[in-house]
Amino acid sequence: MPLTTNILIVGVGGQGIVLAGDVIGLAARLSGLEAKASEIHGMSQRGGSVVSEVRYGIHVSSPLIPPPGANFVLAFEMLEALRGLERMRPGGLVIANRQRITPASVTYGSAVYPEDAEEQLLAACPKAVIIDALAEAQAAGNARAVNSVLLGMLAHHTALPRQNWETALAQTVKPQYVEVNLAAFARGYERAERNV
Amino acid sequence: MDLILTGNQAIARAARDAGVALGVGYPGTPSTEVLETLVTLEGGHAQWAPNEKVALEVGIGVSFGGARALVTMKHVGVNVAADPLFTAAYTGVAGGLVVMAADDPGMHSSQNEQDSRHFARAAKLPMLEPSDSQEAYDFTRLAFQLSEEYDTPIMLRTTTRLSHGKSTVHEAPAETDLPAPVAPQNPQKYVMVPGFARARHLVVEDRQVRIQEWAESADITKTEYRDKKIGIITSGVTYQYVRDVAPEASTLKLGMVNPLPMAAIIAFAKEIETLYVVEELDPIIEEQVRAAGITVIGKANFPIFGELLPGIIAKGLGLEVKPSATATSGLPTRPPSLCPGCPHRGVFLLLKKNGLTVSGDIGCYTLGVFAPLNAMDTCVCMGASVGVAHGLERAGLDPAKIVGVIGDSTFLHSGITGVLDMVYNGSHGTIMILDNSITAMTGRQQHPGTGKTLDGMPAPSVDLEGLLKSLGVQDVTVLDPYDLANTEAELKRALAYPGVSVIIARRPCMLIPHEIRPKLTVDADLCKRCGKCLRLGCPATGKIAEEYNGKTRYLPVIDAQLCNGCGVCAQLCAFGALKVKE
Repeated sequence: MPLTTNILIVGVGGQGIVLAGDVIGLAARLSGLEAKASEIHGMSQRGGSVVSEVRYGIHVSSPLIPPPGANFVLAFEMLEALRGLERMRPGGLVIANRQRITPASVTYGSAVYPEDAEEQLLAACPKAVIIDALAEAQAAGNARAVNSVLLGMLAHHTALPRQNWETALAQTVKPQYVEVNLAAFARGYERAERNV
Repeated sequence: MDLILTGNQAIARAARDAGVALGVGYPGTPSTEVLETLVTLEGGHAQWAPNEKVALEVGIGVSFGGARALVTMKHVGVNVAADPLFTAAYTGVAGGLVVMAADDPGMHSSQNEQDSRHFARAAKLPMLEPSDSQEAYDFTRLAFQLSEEYDTPIMLRTTTRLSHGKSTVHEAPAETDLPAPVAPQNPQKYVMVPGFARARHLVVEDRQVRIQEWAESADITKTEYRDKKIGIITSGVTYQYVRDVAPEASTLKLGMVNPLPMAAIIAFAKEIETLYVVEELDPIIEEQVRAAGITVIGKANFPIFGELLPGIIAKGLGLEVKPSATATSGLPTRPPSLCPGCPHRGVFLLLKKNGLTVSGDIGCYTLGVFAPLNAMDTCVCMGASVGVAHGLERAGLDPAKIVGVIGDSTFLHSGITGVLDMVYNGSHGTIMILDNSITAMTGRQQHPGTGKTLDGMPAPSVDLEGLLKSLGVQDVTVLDPYDLANTEAELKRALAYPGVSVIIARRPCMLIPHEIRPKLTVDADLCKRCGKCLRLGCPATGKIAEEYNGKTRYLPVIDAQLCNGCGVCAQLCAFGALKVKE
């Protein structure tokens, strides 16, 4: 395991990004590691781009990911995945939800959503994993469990034990949603296993 | 397992464990969650004040009564609270008084990035700055002790990354045997008339010297020698960045950023070959180090604006930062926007449509400035919409073409006196209070107009109409901003009214309990693809490109997941193509 694992979570306000960060931090701590995280509240939560950073390891100083960047970029949306690339370290891995959320600058303005977002992502990170997490979440029983699908995929690529991820997830989401989130997590985890 | 807490949560728990009688403040990112957390803790008491000045005055009163108080605000809130702050430095305290000022370098959610350390220097108040959640807890506990020991309010500075950063916290035993409240009985100390204040000023100056002496050898002044070729003086969360970026460098971490432990700084500087100061925002440490005759590299290498993110610190230290991967195309920006069904949206559309000059204010509705609404011309600070609207009128502009726009919480914070001024000085201006019955932007906090207190208990709700009438406003109108035709008619009438008009546009925020309305859908057969509905900029509306007679045209679509059924878009459609979904 590298000294510190750095995870950049990117997406759009309201997608459950803060919760995903909490699960990662707790899974790390259940594994006996130190975890730090940084999130942004306020104006950025009104449908804007949202970035959350989580770091874990034997000892962690900064709550923000320092150069050379993130080991993992966990992207809830394709455009934000592209935006997150500049924070990824060489050899890092992008795990992206295939969903596209059109920003206002495209709907009402002259900006263009990159049609070739997936190609661009794969060009910058050839081993990037792009998954239809919304469909997986729906298959698991709840469209809102997208973050658990993505966490499942991430979990497989980290050195933290699966059991600790599941405990962390179960302790973080509301009791009535534990089951569906664990199912979504399992779908993500097993998807990642099959792709390896 | 220790707790994992944000800096704000840690401060709240420390305040509770320090036995504070009250936490008081006004919401403001990134400070808001301190009181929201404190009120949920067993034994925690907290309340919102209408603004930061009142909050601090209440905190001072708690302290004068012999109990402990925590007062919280964002950096610009300190401007509002500055009047009591400067004189509280003279009176000192009875019970411990800690004033938390949350700075926002990088302006994640603020109108400026002023540096609160200036206030500590100007008011001659000791200021502590924690670097992670554990220190947020420890320094808050320490601040209450120092406040009582040195008879002074203590400022606690955080930044966005400290307030909203998460790390582990180990709590210390709570204090239990705090003294009972006692009425203040020392006018020479607590009544600041010139004769008494002159004597207190000397106390302030002496106190600064004594607490500086304490800081020289205190645990919170951390000298860490490693490689002495590079030494870095820093404080707050930037210390953590420095440790990651330059792990071999020696560091002097300052837990107290006013007054500075100059002897410790001089001793550190003597050991170091190349000395840096890494501090976010203004060169406050750097200038004092220079004034001591020490050669140091600061703002020459590290920007005076924005956050000093780890990559920026690395560059400033001359370390190589390898370029990273990027997308190959330009990426459209994704600014924040008003929520689907937000009651403010239609109002801004009408203000734009009528070609009005709009003086705006601080809150969600400041988002009215962005495309496609483009309906705000000025925004300065809390409450300024009212004064600026009146000033534009006094500049000689036609008041029938000017509207000041302010939210309910902002109006109660500092809009009332502006309206009083308009009435007093014979204005013909028009103010719209966008009353969504909550402090929305900071995350749905209660205020004196919502009928609830911070702890969720019922409270009297201010009667805005009655308040305005008693200020002397003759023309007060309450309307439903979802009704565009009526809103526009009332707006035109108010603008023509020869006196002060206030329109209260009342509809609850979409993020608090509100009327559930049927969602809308687009009838593609009736739609003429004019795009008028898209000019609202509602996140629930999108468009699908179609080929038609060799040209591309766009069919609007409504996302049923996002639509809140406000029906404002349907009112814009001349063809009846936007309908309630069957």
